[in-house]
Amino acid sequence: MSTVPTIAPDLSARRVPPLGGFNFTALKLEIRRMTRNRRTVIIAIVVPVLFFLLFGVNKAYDSQSAGHGNVAAFVMISLALYGAVLATTFGGAMVSIERAQGWSRQLRLTPLSPVAYIGMKIMTALVLGACSVAAVYIAGIVTHKASMSVGLWIATGFSVWIGSLLFAAFGLFLGYLLPAENVMQLIGLILALLSFAGGLFIPVSQYAPVVQDIAKWTPLYGLNQLVHTPLLGNGVDWTWVVNVLAWLIIFSWGAAWRMRGDTARV
Amino acid sequence: MTIASQAPGTWPARSAVPLAVDLTALHKNFGQVHAVDGVDLKIASGEIVAILGPNGAGKTSTIDVVLGLSQPSSGTVSVYGMHPRQAISRGLVSAVMQTGGLLKDLTVRETVEYTASLFAHSQAVGEVLSSAGITEIADRRVGKCSGGEQQRLRFALALLCDPELLVLDEPTSGMDVEGRRSFWSAIRKDAEQGRTVLFATHYLEEADAYADRIVLLRHGQIVADGTAAEIKSMAAGRTVRATLPGASEGLLTGIPGADSVEIRGETVLVHSNDSDAVARFLLTQTAAKDLEITAQGIEDAFLALTGDTAPGTATTGAI
Repeated sequence: MSTVPTIAPDLSARRVPPLGGFNFTALKLEIRRMTRNRRTVIIAIVVPVLFFLLFGVNKAYDSQSAGHGNVAAFVMISLALYGAVLATTFGGAMVSIERAQGWSRQLRLTPLSPVAYIGMKIMTALVLGACSVAAVYIAGIVTHKASMSVGLWIATGFSVWIGSLLFAAFGLFLGYLLPAENVMQLIGLILALLSFAGGLFIPVSQYAPVVQDIAKWTPLYGLNQLVHTPLLGNGVDWTWVVNVLAWLIIFSWGAAWRMRGDTARV
Repeated sequence: MTIASQAPGTWPARSAVPLAVDLTALHKNFGQVHAVDGVDLKIASGEIVAILGPNGAGKTSTIDVVLGLSQPSSGTVSVYGMHPRQAISRGLVSAVMQTGGLLKDLTVRETVEYTASLFAHSQAVGEVLSSAGITEIADRRVGKCSGGEQQRLRFALALLCDPELLVLDEPTSGMDVEGRRSFWSAIRKDAEQGRTVLFATHYLEEADAYADRIVLLRHGQIVADGTAAEIKSMAAGRTVRATLPGASEGLLTGIPGADSVEIRGETVLVHSNDSDAVARFLLTQTAAKDLEITAQGIEDAFLALTGDTAPGTATTGAI
């Protein structure tokens, strides 16, 4: 083995990147990638706007008041929440495509830490979520249907956007749990059911009592109540907060659990 | 098979230089399957080492542990004296994997930019694109690139951080002969700058042509470890086959010039570089009869070392 050259690599010159590899170049590319997925963009942005134009512009909704605004504003907030949770769930579930294409394995051969990776996924999901909320709110403005004070537009829009973070965790959980081929279709179905149960399309009070009791345990119920609170001015029920926090813990724990399993297997 | 593993593991004078790879008593189990079953492997900086073995020999499992993609069931692994994950986060190690690992909806340039952004230091994106010969397709979506183009992209990604150790897991599987040749000439050229290269392959010719040192793996164990010439010399000999009831392994290994022996019922097989001496011994010192001498090709040697069956009857389809 005398032919082996003696090479002393300069290990001290090698540094670990800051923030676990998180950076804005990668984030920008993540966002650009998401906008390329036309189906995701259409479902998360165009569909909620269409729903608002179909169901939110009823003549009667203009004049009927709902708290500090009108019913059209109430419906607009519900549909903005629907769009935002679709967007953030899709954003989180993109990990399933990355797993299927082997990209997450490739990333493990780089300095990118799992926390930085998840952080970028969540931020990307929130960008699409913000677009979704903005699109529905713009529809509310240009149709002159939704009516509430400027402060409430901002307060409710911001609540919806931040609240949709819960579903970024849900998306990550599903993305690590399910195979890539059908995760997107499944999300559409699951979120439609959860939206009905959470009262986003029809007020929960119109369901049979037993259905109402079940609906109150579902993950969109508490969030939907909370984001309407600024408009209705009816105060916060602590069970809504418990609902949101409990589901946040469940989804985050599920995502972390599946992610660890994923790491062990590949 | 009793071929001694000629582990070139000790270079006493070089303790100051950290080993590129240091595996000690490495085991990796998947349930009841022992994918890696006690591997000791030391690779010095600057070596080009091939891990050669048939499918299922434990090549990928070993490489996954070196890359920190999986944890050893027992034993230790260190890369440049540190945990693989630490070595990777410093850009000391990178790898070209067999397939996958690329996002179809990014362009070639975006993929390189993305990966480059994750390292504390990386080479210029334009430079890497041009040295990998993919500047012309930089704006093409990865999903629209051919297999060869994707492999050049993977190679470019692996070189972005200017790693000390480059790991290749069957990098040419699925390539045609020409693609394989140009890929290896690129690796060879790159390694001349002193990069350590560890690659897994089941192509004997690849290991022979491009590695300084070949580690033969079989059932998760190292069955031979030496230079290509040393491995070839194992293949240069002949096998003497004879009928010898009641033969003991001790008797056979004591035959002058015997490299390896095998007893199958009443039949004995003795591999040697000096088959004449073995034949003479068997015919004069023992009751051996029906003696037969067969020359062994290099592929037979490979099969003999790594397959489940003996030369001539090996049908494991490893090559």
